Amino acid sequence: MSDAAAHAMHPPTSTGLDNRKVAIWAFIGSECLFFASLISTYLVYKGKSLVGPLPHEASQCMLHGQMQRCEGVFEVPLVTAGTAVLLFSSFFVVLALYGAQKGNRKMLLGWLSATVACGLFFVGMQVYEFTHFYHKGMGYGTNLFSSTFFTLTGFHGSHVTLGVIWLSTILFLAARGKLPPEKALNLELAALYWHFVDVVWIVIFPVVYLMR
Amino acid sequence: MATSVLEHSAVHHAEAKSGLWSWITTVDHKRIGILYGASAFLFFLLGGIEAFVIRLQLMTADNTLVSPEFYNQLFTMHGTTMIFLGVMPLSAMFFNYFIPLQIGARDVVFPRLNAFSYWVFLLGGLFINAGFFFNAWPNAGWFGYANLTSAQYSPGLNTDFWVIGLQILGIASIAAAVNFFVTIINMRAPGMTLLRMPMFVWMSFITQILLLLAFPVITVALVFLMMDRHFGTHFFIPAGGGDPILWQHLFWIFGHPEVYILILPAFGIVSEILPVFSRKPLFGYTAMVFSGVFIAFLGFGVWSHHMFATGMGPFADAFFSLSTMLIAVPTGVKIFNWIGTIWGGSLQFKTPMYFALGFIAMFIIGGLSGVMHSSPPADLQQTDTYFVVAHFHYVLFGGSIFALTGGAYYWLPKMTGRMLNETAGKIHFWLMLIGFNLTFAPMHILGLNGMPRRVYTYPAGLGFEFWNGLETVGAAIIVVSQLVFIVNLIVSLRRPRNAPADPWHGATLEWSIPSPPQEFNFPEVPEVKSSIPLWDLRRELGSLPEPQRVSGAGIHLPNPSYYPLVAAIGVFVTLGGILFAQPHFPWYVITLTGVAVLFYGVYRWAFEPAG
Repeated sequence: MSDAAAHAMHPPTSTGLDNRKVAIWAFIGSECLFFASLISTYLVYKGKSLVGPLPHEASQCMLHGQMQRCEGVFEVPLVTAGTAVLLFSSFFVVLALYGAQKGNRKMLLGWLSATVACGLFFVGMQVYEFTHFYHKGMGYGTNLFSSTFFTLTGFHGSHVTLGVIWLSTILFLAARGKLPPEKALNLELAALYWHFVDVVWIVIFPVVYLMR
Repeated sequence: MATSVLEHSAVHHAEAKSGLWSWITTVDHKRIGILYGASAFLFFLLGGIEAFVIRLQLMTADNTLVSPEFYNQLFTMHGTTMIFLGVMPLSAMFFNYFIPLQIGARDVVFPRLNAFSYWVFLLGGLFINAGFFFNAWPNAGWFGYANLTSAQYSPGLNTDFWVIGLQILGIASIAAAVNFFVTIINMRAPGMTLLRMPMFVWMSFITQILLLLAFPVITVALVFLMMDRHFGTHFFIPAGGGDPILWQHLFWIFGHPEVYILILPAFGIVSEILPVFSRKPLFGYTAMVFSGVFIAFLGFGVWSHHMFATGMGPFADAFFSLSTMLIAVPTGVKIFNWIGTIWGGSLQFKTPMYFALGFIAMFIIGGLSGVMHSSPPADLQQTDTYFVVAHFHYVLFGGSIFALTGGAYYWLPKMTGRMLNETAGKIHFWLMLIGFNLTFAPMHILGLNGMPRRVYTYPAGLGFEFWNGLETVGAAIIVVSQLVFIVNLIVSLRRPRNAPADPWHGATLEWSIPSPPQEFNFPEVPEVKSSIPLWDLRRELGSLPEPQRVSGAGIHLPNPSYYPLVAAIGVFVTLGGILFAQPHFPWYVITLTGVAVLFYGVYRWAFEPAG
């Protein structure tokens, strides 16, 4: 009966795949080229900065109006923590989706909240990191490293932020009982996007933070 | 009581179907197609006027009709307009109107997203052109080469209108591409396997993939440029360590697939017209499909042939030269298959057929000069000369515009329910063919004789006068040919409907329903057993009965909505606000307002009943 009802709501598609799911995959394909362009630019300009600060090594920086020696800016342990949290959030959203599909409200709300919290932690980490860099004399236009770094990780961070807003909206709906199992796809679509944003970070983290 | 309710709802229904508000809130793919077509045709005429003023300026040596500064704006806006606001949205008109009809669907898969794409496109096109009213039409070329576009060398808002306008247009393109990609994958009528799709749908499908993969790259390049101009970065500024050549790489990684975005829909249209007017199925259907796929695939591996003059070294030159020559193979396959299609056919010389045949001839000339550019030593001689201008006009005008015009004569009877005048159509064709060749063929000679592009005049005595004068005469003939078309269109629109459902004995599903189609397209979803379903039926029944208009009661259609327009305005204000990004000016208030409007539109859209 519920199958028939679902069938009436969604006319069958040529491939049997849900329309919105194919759309999200197409969009993700497009986004791959977006981030590929940003990452390529970061790599092309790696080591080409005319002044400091630099990611790892000490360099000459303009600070308080005079050139002075400054250390590498990256704080890898902090970002590693952020990375781990973001990766766990991908695991949590899978559990939330499982809960949604099985009609397990407790699982759904619990793990979805955890996912949103992880996303917020990551964004918070990035805001802290950006502010910290700024106080170390690394503005957006300071050098090629700062421009490519802020653009790449900034766009990733804005994607995470959008994901947090999307997942929070679903969490809000779910808390009001508006995410029954037959609507679990609404969460699955957001989860697909969320996984993609995670995967991009899995590329960014080693390329930007670990590669010397 | 029940009767009065019924009457009331009927009146309400009728009101909703006409008037300005019904167009603003429409989610019907056919109406959105007409909106795309009307807007794009107006932009196309504007781009044509720009071109004609260019030709008037170049008619004689040392001419002073326009200033060098305005000339820069003219050729920049001519290129930008024709590519982004002319050919692409004219193709989008046909995507919108005919992809659902050809695959037997009631609409595209996301009707409101479709409306959103259109509104974003329109606002983006208006935005780019708005610079005109501030004496700041974009003026750094449609390719926007760095570092001419830097704040240092392009002060003023000209390039800002361009860099922001193109980002707005990119959003429209990607949203539309997602929509048509899913529509073609998932909304096909029962029995229509991938290898039974009409060739126009196939080429459109490949185009959507190119759009999805190419537009993000230029978006990134445009973001970098915007940051350089407004936010102190040095992505393309050598003084800060940036490399202007990076712009060229990013631009052409987008730009070359863009060339196929402009031509593949034209290939599709011609592949529809030729079989119908030859009374033969398309020759080598599968080879046509795979050559299209192969062209698109190779299209991502040839971008640096636009950059031979930058000195990339022998390895890169050799690679991009060979990959470029390789594209001639699948393109040749297509041309031979078109010839194979008309070979031995029972040819019907109607206006669409004239344009399709004209397309083949002109496109071959443009394709051959393209192969000449693929050789780096030859290209170094031709770069920045009129030879290149001749080449890309033979493929974009002789190719895309001829095919799109043929498509208009072929499909407008279905869209308007009115036949266009055949005699006027043939006059249009001959004037356009003669005018086109008079305008662009001499450019080959001028280019090889060294006349540079993008320069507002030339001195007397270099032997350029005669050919330039002749080109301007040709351009005037093109103008007359377009006037013939406009008059033909207006006269046909003022007449009562006279188009039968199937005026050309077509093979594909759009001809099985009345002209113009009813709102729901198909009273019942058709079933398909081959790539030529109507010819199958015709063979079976002898002749096809004229389909009747039916009530369509009980057919479920999506509700109209104005939230796509709200969201589009949000996008427009968000990006438009960056135009005002000056120190000490709170431009971000505008941008954040735009973000708020965008979120409002998207949330209301997400939570309103889709119907």
